[in-house]
Formats: sequence, C-alpha cells, structure tokens
Amino acid sequence: MATTREIWHKAFSQSSVRSGAYETMSGIPLEPVYGPDDGEFPGVYPYTRGPYASMYRSKLWTMRMFAGFGTADDTNKRFKDIINSGGDGLSTAFDMPTLLGLDSDDTMSLGEVGRCGVAIDTVEDMDDLYRDIDLGKITTSMTINSPAAVLLSMFIAQAERNGTPRARLGGTLQNDILKEYQAQKEFVFPPRQAMRLVRDTIAFTAAEMPKWHSVSISGYHIREAGSTAAEELAFTLANGFAYVELAAQSGLSVDAFAPRLSFFFNAHIDFFEEIAKYRAARRIWARWLKERYGATSERSLQLRFHTQTAGVSLTAQQPEVNIVRTTIEALAGVLGGTQSLHTNSMDEAMALPTERAARIALRTQQVIANETNVIAVADPLGGSWYVEELTNEMERRAEEIFADIEALGQGSMLDGCINGIEENWFQSRIADSAYELERKFNSGERIIVGVSHFLEGNEEEEIDLLRITNEDEQKQRRRLDAVRASRNSAAVAESLAVLETQAADPEINLMPALINASNAQTTVGEMMKSMGTVFGRHIEVPTI
Amino acid sequence: MTLRVLVAKIGLDGHDRGIKIVARLLRDAGMEVIYTGLFQTPDTVASAAIDEDVDVIGLSMLSGAHMTLAPLVVEALRSRGSSIPVVVGGIVPRQDIPLLKAAGISEVLGPGAPGTSVVDTIRAAAIVH
Repeated sequence: MATTREIWHKAFSQSSVRSGAYETMSGIPLEPVYGPDDGEFPGVYPYTRGPYASMYRSKLWTMRMFAGFGTADDTNKRFKDIINSGGDGLSTAFDMPTLLGLDSDDTMSLGEVGRCGVAIDTVEDMDDLYRDIDLGKITTSMTINSPAAVLLSMFIAQAERNGTPRARLGGTLQNDILKEYQAQKEFVFPPRQAMRLVRDTIAFTAAEMPKWHSVSISGYHIREAGSTAAEELAFTLANGFAYVELAAQSGLSVDAFAPRLSFFFNAHIDFFEEIAKYRAARRIWARWLKERYGATSERSLQLRFHTQTAGVSLTAQQPEVNIVRTTIEALAGVLGGTQSLHTNSMDEAMALPTERAARIALRTQQVIANETNVIAVADPLGGSWYVEELTNEMERRAEEIFADIEALGQGSMLDGCINGIEENWFQSRIADSAYELERKFNSGERIIVGVSHFLEGNEEEEIDLLRITNEDEQKQRRRLDAVRASRNSAAVAESLAVLETQAADPEINLMPALINASNAQTTVGEMMKSMGTVFGRHIEVPTI
Repeated sequence: MTLRVLVAKIGLDGHDRGIKIVARLLRDAGMEVIYTGLFQTPDTVASAAIDEDVDVIGLSMLSGAHMTLAPLVVEALRSRGSSIPVVVGGIVPRQDIPLLKAAGISEVLGPGAPGTSVVDTIRAAAIVH
C-alpha cells in the first residue's frame, strides 16, 4: 500500500505550482511539506494539514477585505481603492436595516442607514455598488443572512442586466442563518421558515451557479459573541452538518452541494489555539462528511475557510497597537492554512475604518505573503508535539459538544441545532463563556495592553476616524424615493403577490420569484414583508 | 436600598455580548437588573423604565446609531415627565461624548471600560439622580 507521502506526492506533482525560489533567505532549499512518510499530509484525507497538496505554492489565500458604508456609491469607491491597492476579492458589509430586511425609509431604520455597512434597497443600489467592477473576474462575498436569498437575487439581477450571466458569477453568500439566532442576532423569520430559504438558495445555486458558494458557515460571530475556541469550532461544524442534513432532506445528493459549502472562522489572539482549531476543523469535517453523510467527492471532504482577525481583541486605547494584534492573528490564519483572509483595521474599536487604516490592514497581509517566506512550506507547525496535542484536544472537545447537540435533536444535528436555538442552549453557553472571560480580565488573570496595563499614551489624541453623517441617511432615502417614483408599480405588486403565494407552498423554490421581483425594482423591505406575512417573525426571549 | 437598572438595546443592533456581561456584572454587584431584549425603540424603553420604576437606564450601542437614538430616549423620558438618568455604553468615539452629555445622557462608558467602572458609573448616576 502507498504511504501517505506517496499519495501526497502524486497529488502535488499534478498541481500547478507558482514559480519562485522555495528556499530560505540564506539559500537553504525548502520542501513543500515536512513529516514522516506515513504521517498526515496536506491534500490527503483527513486533510488536517490542509485541503490541497501544494497549498500556498499553488495559490495564495485571497486577500478579501470586508467593506461597506454609506451609500452604494461610497462603497463602490472603497471597493476600487481595495482593488487598486492589490486586494483580490471583495466582501460586502451591509448596514443594519439591510441585514434585517428593512428599507432605508422604515421607521426602525432611523439612525442606522449606512452606518455599519452599505445601504441597499433595490437592484439600482446593487448596480451602483458593483459599477465598473468585472464580476466575472473578481469574486464577491456578501455578508447577509436573513435576507440572503433577496440580496442574492438582486446580485444576479444586476449582473445579468450588465451582461454577466449567473453561471459565471463567483463568490460567496454568507447565508448562515443558524448562527444568527445563536450569536449575531440579526434574525427575522422563525428558524424553520428561514431554513427553507437557505435550502432554496443551496438548491438554486447548485443547479445554476456552479462557481458560487451557497453558504459560508460562520464561527466568526459565535466567537465574537463570546464563545471559547472549542465552542466556535463545534457550533460551527454542527451548523454545517445541519445544512448538509437540510439539503439532503430536500433530495440533493451530498456531493452535489457539499463542495460549495465554505467556512469562516475567527483568528483570535491565542496563537496556537487558533491554529489547532483550524487543523481540527478540517479533520472533523472530512471524517463526518465521509463516515456519517456518505460523501465520496474529495471536494466535499475538503474544508475550505475564510478567516477574519478578532474584532473583539481590538482596543480603543492606543489604537496603533491593534496593527500588532491583527498581524499576529493573521499569521495564525495563514499558518493554519486559510484560503481567504480579512485583516481588521486599527480604528475598528471606535468606528468603521478609514481608507488609510484599511490600507495598512491589507498591507499587513501583503507583508506576510511576500516578505516572511511562511508560505513556502505547508502546515509548518504540523508535528509540533504541542500543536498536535492541542489539535487532538480541540477535536475531543468538539465531539463532546456534538454529542450534546445530537441529543438535543434526538439523533438529528439539524433538529439539534434548531431545538438548541429555541431552548436558548447555544445562547446561554456563549453568554456564560463570555462572562467567564470577562471575569478573568477584571480579576487581572488576563492582561490587555493599554487597557489593564501599560496605559502610558492612552491620553494621546485620537486618530482620524471615518464619520458617517445623517446626510448619508437622507441621501439614501432620496435615492429610494426616486426609484419608488419611477418604477412600474403594477409590476412590483404583481411580483410581490407571486412571492407571497409561492412562500405559502414549501415545495416551491423561491429564488425565481425573488429574481423576478428584483428585476421589477421591488425593495428588500417589500420582499421581506411579503414573505413575512407567511413565515411570521422570530422573537428571542431576553435572558441575561 | 437595592438599585434597579434597566439595560436596553435600541434600534437594529444585535450585538448583545456587552449588554449581557454588563447585566451580569450589575447583578453580581447586588443590583436588580431588567433586560429589555433586542430591537427596542426609544418609546418602548422609556415606558418600560417608568413602569418598572428603575433608578438608571443603561443603553448598549455598537452600531453607530448612538447620536440619533440615545437623545431620543432622553426625550421620550422627559416627555413622560421622568428624569431617570441614562448611561450609554459601547462603541462611542471620544468626540461624541460631550455631544451626548449635552443631549442629556448622564455618562458614557467607552470600549474597554473595566467591570468596576461600569458598576461605579451606574451607581454614581443613580445617586446624582
């Protein structure tokens, strides 16, 4: 039987490798990976050491910077700055009203329009957002969940209007509704109704958008909300299993959609724990997909992930020090084998980033990629007794949590995730872990530079911050008024009537009706309200 | 006397890590804490605070809407004849603090405020009142 090294070598030799001298600065030649002949290898099941045999020698991670503020025009300009500075993927941040499926002129949107991201009301905003950007070439990620199907339909409508057919669109829809109830809390419909929309997007993209990632299963927000690393790992993968079971229930074969699932993890400040978390995630996903869900395609088993450095680790005090924190966290993501990375800007404990701060954050990735030589060797920490043991421990803790979730769902991970949400099980665990960590900060057990210790410099003048004014909100409302005044209102009403009728029939895939409504310049809020009359609303019972 | 505190999320911001930590900190410091839950409006918060007869309101705001929404809570209270003090915590740039105070906010707790200062600030706001 072939050794794992031989299996790896075969895969490596079939990979196209970027040219360049793979050697140390002093000229010592470097192998693509190191390890014993019968050990784990990248690109070889269970992929602990990386999804691909050649890792960064074939393709660097995508430097995907998350951006969005004000109106679509404002964000379009920032997107172009990012592309001109060498960023090679876009990631769209939507404002709070858009995240909750509300229009900019809704009374609940007061003060929130364009603040936390870009305001999108109709396909016209989507058109301006990606103006003069070739969506057939650059991939786009959209951080949107409750109204994900609506925003995807608007994205398709504007791309096709501009001549790029949906089949050519490459990108990612976050579309991970389960973690909204657990952690991020931008929910609208009740979980089971919301999962129907996730199912519809998975089935639609599997059939019509071969380059599209339908769900980005996100631990990032779970961690930011206060979970431990092991909880982030376990809750995220459990949600992933839930989506697999959801799609399988609707009759899709696992290998038809699992290759289009991707993941999104946090890179927090505990360097080695994070690296162990990524390694364990790949191993667990491969094993569960193969053994429990019967996947056979290699792409189904290979966990690929995006990473974002930890927003919660940033401090408002001495903000330049955040560049250092972000660098360390980004390096953990890279040494852990990430496929895509967003680095936070130094000013984000106070506001959305300025152009200058965002550029420094991108430069941080470029230094790691181009100066440090850490990309030459795959999984450079594999074989470290410490990292290997920590990887195993992460896996053990995750399996314990899976057993709890499976019990909540009486054998089903899908029901376990939904029941756990309805019983506040995830929410309570996350809040408990957040409070436990806070207790350690307050007791002095953990130090934060500039906050608990080393305070000299805290009184220095604040750095320049991005200001979003109420004028942006007014401007967006005027844009929306103009669309409402000029569109064909009969076509809008007709599109909404179809949507509402189809929403009542769970057998129908709602994507075609949503695309039709988008083309008719129907607003996000109108589509969400139509579906809401059928689906109802989720209300969280407040617990401390 | 046991202080009663209403902690509230107004607007569309779902970030609830901070408010839950603050709620537990205040509870562990011996206060009675009521949490409104997410997606409240200035009016619902003012009504709840008066109905519950609280000594202080704590608003947790991380989405940048503080300059618009926090003063509306003060207005909603005043229009009901109440002078319950309002403390704002969250992502608030330093230059906004004097503006919030001018709009009737008692105190502002920025990012990284330690647990003891959260408890002390709430207590002080109640005593001044």
